[in-house]
Amino acid sequence: MTIRDVAGILEAEVCCGEDKLDREVTSAFGSDLMSDVLAFAKDQQVLLTGLVNAQAVRTAELMDMSCIVLVRNKKPDPEMLALARERGIALLSTNKTMFLSCGLLYAAGLKDRGLPENA
Amino acid sequence: MPEVRLSYDIDGDDFSSAGEASVAMKKALRQMGIEPETIRRCSVCMYEGEMNAVIHAGGGRAEVLVSPERIKITIEDDGPGIADVEAAMREGYSTAPPRVRELGFGAGMGLPNMKRCSDELDIETAAGRGTKITMIVRL
Repeated sequence: MTIRDVAGILEAEVCCGEDKLDREVTSAFGSDLMSDVLAFAKDQQVLLTGLVNAQAVRTAELMDMSCIVLVRNKKPDPEMLALARERGIALLSTNKTMFLSCGLLYAAGLKDRGLPENA
Repeated sequence: MPEVRLSYDIDGDDFSSAGEASVAMKKALRQMGIEPETIRRCSVCMYEGEMNAVIHAGGGRAEVLVSPERIKITIEDDGPGIADVEAAMREGYSTAPPRVRELGFGAGMGLPNMKRCSDELDIETAAGRGTKITMIVRL
């Protein structure tokens, strides 16, 4: 599916990255703890999180994730928004919970990649 | 390829910029044509080390040496030192103040993540004299 599909499924607001919506995504990782994203993510393109700050954007950038979904109706502050825009990461905001967001995307075909070998 | 040295200041005054040295290192490694999985491991090592320096030591310095055999990341600070290294290596052990959790860190995963993503990890630390972490990722 594309980031546009993710936004549609989650009825999410596109905060930035309108030009990135046709990018293909195949798997996702959900966590509020960035250390766990660093430890356990591997080649996922979508990060679902409730963490609203610059560190979430840097984590996504370092892990080559092209899309961040803010769950629980969180909205990016101006700093996060500016950084995501600068780094070319699509930023979405949905009023759904983490659990429901993950469930909907999984049901629609987005994959879990399991844990990396060194986890 | 000759040895390449990258140096970064880790600004400890501004939490919001924490992680920028890691992003800069990642870009440099990518430009050198380093393999993506190696870059991922180096990024995790550097980001966790950078966050630790910001959280615990008010900033520090990072040096990255890239040679044909390995990438050596050294992160040094003048902070309080690690009182109990053995405990700090356990997942979930944290001495970070609660406000750090708002940044998405401080859950006791820093050093374990660095160990997980490096081939060698060395910690030199002394109470009141700072900490020097050296990590080697072999190519």
